[in-house]
Amino acid sequence: MTQSIGPATGTADETPTRPPGLLSLLLADKFATAAVVFLTLVVFSAVFGPALLGDAASKVAFRGRNIAPFQFEHGWLMILGSDSLGRSILARIVVAAQNTMLVAFLTVVSAGLIGGTLGLIAGYSRKLMSDVILRLADVIMSFPSLLLAVIVLYMLEPAVGNLVLVLAITRIPIYLRTTRAEVLEIRERMFVQAAKVMGASNMRITFVHILPMVLPTLLTIATLDFAFVMLAESSLSFLGIGIQPPEITWGLMVAQGRPYMNQAWWLSFWPGLTIVLTTMSLNLLSNWLRTVLDPTQRWRLEQRKEAANG
Amino acid sequence: MGRFVLRRSLFSLFSLFGLLVLVFFLSRLTGDPAALYLPVDAPESVRQAFREARGLDAPLLAQFGDFLVNLVQFDFGDSLRRQRPAFDVVIEAFPWTLALAGITMALVLVAAIVLGALAAMKVGGIFDRISSVISLTAASAPDFWIALMAIFIFAVALGWVPTSGTGTPWHWILPIGVLFVRPFGLILQVVRSSMITALSSAYVKTARAKGVRQRAITFVHALRNAMLPVITVAGDQAAGLLNGAVVVETVFGFPGIGKLMIDSILQRDFAVVLAAIMLTSLAIFLMNLLIDLTYAFLDPRIRY
Repeated sequence: MTQSIGPATGTADETPTRPPGLLSLLLADKFATAAVVFLTLVVFSAVFGPALLGDAASKVAFRGRNIAPFQFEHGWLMILGSDSLGRSILARIVVAAQNTMLVAFLTVVSAGLIGGTLGLIAGYSRKLMSDVILRLADVIMSFPSLLLAVIVLYMLEPAVGNLVLVLAITRIPIYLRTTRAEVLEIRERMFVQAAKVMGASNMRITFVHILPMVLPTLLTIATLDFAFVMLAESSLSFLGIGIQPPEITWGLMVAQGRPYMNQAWWLSFWPGLTIVLTTMSLNLLSNWLRTVLDPTQRWRLEQRKEAANG
Repeated sequence: MGRFVLRRSLFSLFSLFGLLVLVFFLSRLTGDPAALYLPVDAPESVRQAFREARGLDAPLLAQFGDFLVNLVQFDFGDSLRRQRPAFDVVIEAFPWTLALAGITMALVLVAAIVLGALAAMKVGGIFDRISSVISLTAASAPDFWIALMAIFIFAVALGWVPTSGTGTPWHWILPIGVLFVRPFGLILQVVRSSMITALSSAYVKTARAKGVRQRAITFVHALRNAMLPVITVAGDQAAGLLNGAVVVETVFGFPGIGKLMIDSILQRDFAVVLAAIMLTSLAIFLMNLLIDLTYAFLDPRIRY
């Protein structure tokens, strides 16, 4: 009896051919592949960069100040030029990947967890609770985020953790509203009714039955939001209220190059270009994820894959 | 409709009040202005006099009481830095931001509607591909970086326009150009998807069957019905610009609300911060109200 209602897990055997795996679907999409390759490189830099190039990134050489890019006599580390203190720009970009990625990653994870949970509660609980949570989101959205950043970063110190705190607070409403909207629709479906009839508790229905349905959407938003948070962090660092030197992020590097714009454009150009390439990769990946994770859209990719093979 | 406007106004008044109260108390937490405005070796008596002259020595709740009484009269006190009424300082900066936001949004809307409609007319065509590349790039590039690169290329290397400041119309080109990018990429996508839906609807088929020309169908029949989501997103973006394009105004030395806001926050000029938030919130409220009324104008089915 219960088997006919439960999720259809054994359907793979009934279809004549197995659907293509995620990896082959990814390889069929040139742009998504390029994005994943670039993001892997960035993650690698973030994890191992400071250990590998930390010394090169902080080595000051006043005789080699503002070396122009693509001059090979100074060694491969200077291929992107050097900054106003003679430090290798390439090494600094690789090392700065850690702070940039760390802030964005922690922000997205904490905002996603808190916003997602609140959204689940708001969507599945009674009107009063849901109203309170939604008004909370309204207050956050109308509070000037710049002012919030200054208040928090002056009261506490402008370290990675506090920057994450500020950014996460401002991003919670996005996850909250999306999750709630999805839950409102899903809770009316048959399988939720069935679970309720069989006596499942509210907790169980929310986290075991509804959450897996919301997760793909949350994942897509998180990828997109990762790019947004990176831009927000670099704006704060650029304005001088984010990460403080000697710590570095890409946004801070752009800001540090600003006074030298007349003589040395490459000081700001390369870190900015790195930001653009990273956010662009994230956007492309998010688009691809949205298609792959949506069963009604996935056939498009599978068809394209078949067309590419045959 | 009168009741709708009244209810919305009352609700917004409450949330604006809550916002101002929150900002009032939180901004007091960021430090003592006396420490920032007086020399490090100023004796305590001088510091005390500084605080007394500006009412900063009173208990916080008393300061809050004064703040509420003055708020009703649009009096936010004097700016610490400029020694004159904070509201005047804000009112002077506001037209600059208003003009910047207005011109930018007008250009964005015209460009996005034309290109978005062309893209929707032939999905996968040349205009569609151009617009998806534009949208992707616009969503990925940080505005401060675009601003710096634009200054380097157009002001330093080519020398076509001034690097920063105001004065001639030439000074406006770069700030508008940089602010244009992000809303353009976003609204372009909204126009495109909304137009694709509109173009596949029954009334478009009817018009086509009647022999109406394609251009008239696109820009008259479909466009008007595709405008609702476009206006919603455009309103969001315009609100962002009204809140002060902080980064762009800072980079270009543009005397608008955004630059005033960040300067005042960093200088603990609480009076100016509160006045600025009050004025921009008011402007954004009025704009949202206008947008809601535009809905009813565009779609006769919507009535309040």
